Amino acid sequence: MTALLRVEHLTMRFGGLVAVNDLSFTTNRGDITALIGPNGAGKTTVFNCITGFYKPSEGRIALAHGAPEIWEELAALTQRDARSVARGDGALFLLERMPDYLVAHRAKVARTFQNIRLFSGMSVLENLLVAQHNPLMAASGYTALGIFGIGNYGRAERAAIAAARHWLDLTGLTDRADDPAGDLPYGAQRRLEIARAMCTEPVLLCLDEPAAGLNPRETAELNELILRIRSDHNVSVLLIEHDMSVVMEISDHVVVLDYGVKIADNVPAAVRDDPKVIAAYLGVEDKEVGRVEAEVGL
Amino acid sequence: MEVFVQQLINGITLGSIYGLIAIGYTMVFGIIGMVNFAHGDVFMVSAFIGLIAYLIVTAWLGIASAVGALLIVLIVAMALTSLVNWTIERIAYRPLRGSFRLAPLISAIGMSILLSNFVQVAQGPRNKSIPPLLQGEFVLMGRESYQVTLSHRQLLIWIVTAVLLVVFWYLVSRTALGRAQRACEQDQKMAALLGVDVDRTISITFVIGAALAAVAGTMYLMYYGVVNFSDGFTPGVKAFTAAVLGGIGSLPGAVVGGILIGLVETMWSAYFSIDYKDVAAFSILAITLIFLPQGLLGRPEVEKV
Repeated sequence: MTALLRVEHLTMRFGGLVAVNDLSFTTNRGDITALIGPNGAGKTTVFNCITGFYKPSEGRIALAHGAPEIWEELAALTQRDARSVARGDGALFLLERMPDYLVAHRAKVARTFQNIRLFSGMSVLENLLVAQHNPLMAASGYTALGIFGIGNYGRAERAAIAAARHWLDLTGLTDRADDPAGDLPYGAQRRLEIARAMCTEPVLLCLDEPAAGLNPRETAELNELILRIRSDHNVSVLLIEHDMSVVMEISDHVVVLDYGVKIADNVPAAVRDDPKVIAAYLGVEDKEVGRVEAEVGL
Repeated sequence: MEVFVQQLINGITLGSIYGLIAIGYTMVFGIIGMVNFAHGDVFMVSAFIGLIAYLIVTAWLGIASAVGALLIVLIVAMALTSLVNWTIERIAYRPLRGSFRLAPLISAIGMSILLSNFVQVAQGPRNKSIPPLLQGEFVLMGRESYQVTLSHRQLLIWIVTAVLLVVFWYLVSRTALGRAQRACEQDQKMAALLGVDVDRTISITFVIGAALAAVAGTMYLMYYGVVNFSDGFTPGVKAFTAAVLGGIGSLPGAVVGGILIGLVETMWSAYFSIDYKDVAAFSILAITLIFLPQGLLGRPEVEKV
């Protein structure tokens, strides 16, 4: 088991509100890690910190590519005022130091949103091509050469369309490729968001409530899609989800947050029976507080 | 009849220049939702850059061929104007991004005043002129008393506008850069999360807008032969009207709007009162905003609830 992402002592404050408090967890390569917790627990804030949306108040978020030996560089990289270090076939990134577009472009972290954020006026295919912006720009000589047909822009564009087609086939959207993304039904928009995130060729895919608003059949298809992504594309998944049928069925490892604090970090079966987790989700009546607190060791 | 055809030709020519300027308005508005009030003055500055470049090329370097000189002037004007607009975006608009909505607008008005005053002081307040270029013309129709002509200059402006429209329409609708621009128009944060460098995309948009304004500025200089520090304002506002009329955010719309504004202006001058031509042109702005707010080729805003 080698670590892909290490979140260490992450704290995010908004004025007086502590949304995430001293959170640490590790995501291993090839794992599906679920981040769960009641509403307002700080799950999306964690995502926003990882993907460069927010700059954390404190803490370190490190992500490794390639050989696991690269983790040896972590202390040295933290000391230096640098965003990343590359050695041999590995590279290490400190995400909290990177602007959002570099987290996507260099560190290769992709995400989807709880409230769908497609480019609704653009076609389905174009949504997938925007996600391949950087390889296309490089191939077209940053457009300057591409206008005159110099460089290998044509080949890069064909490759980009082939990649898009692969994801359209996998998500069952091939027939809708030329329709505006905003015209798709809700479930299809959710799948398109995942396909678009995958077109950036990420090593870590962050899904924010992918099953929200889906019916049971669509949820089952979603589980299959996520498992398929993990097995075929060597991608690790970090997942926020309220639907326990998704969490329990596909995740390898569950981190539970409550009021910004980690209350459990274990395999799904163990988390399900954890009294702290049950208390956080269901709450307890006032007269039982003492008993439950004694039980969970508070 | 002859007067009408002649005014049609003149109107399309004038409108093409407005259209080229309008593209800059429409692209910048599309991507950051800001009316770049300095754009008209960028156009004026480009005409001055063209003027200075023309004098250097002909007087100092002694290039006599009108076409060769014009080509060099065009390239120099495009390059330097792009640099000017890139700098303006960098120092006057980018630091205000994320500030309240009116901040970059006020900054743009300040930039507009700064540019026109700078040119007034540096180049003097009087009209600057160049000797007439490309004086040939085609006689299309007419009798002894009135001939309808299409000058080489007018034809050149038509061709340049048409070619640039096709090139930039292709750029925006078919290339990775254009897709990134449209993605930034819709959702900058999401575009960034897909690896698009939003700041750079916005800079490129300003550079493209300036390059087209420089083409318009050079054409304007060649067509009229004179330029003045205050020439940025009226064509700038008319081009903005053209962008609104055509549908803000749409490139073909900007050119169609420009040509319509040009036609209204020349027809009004021919058949009604030339003193009121600007009133006629700007009335269109008010009428469009009231009755057709999405413009001719713009997509209607559908607010989903």
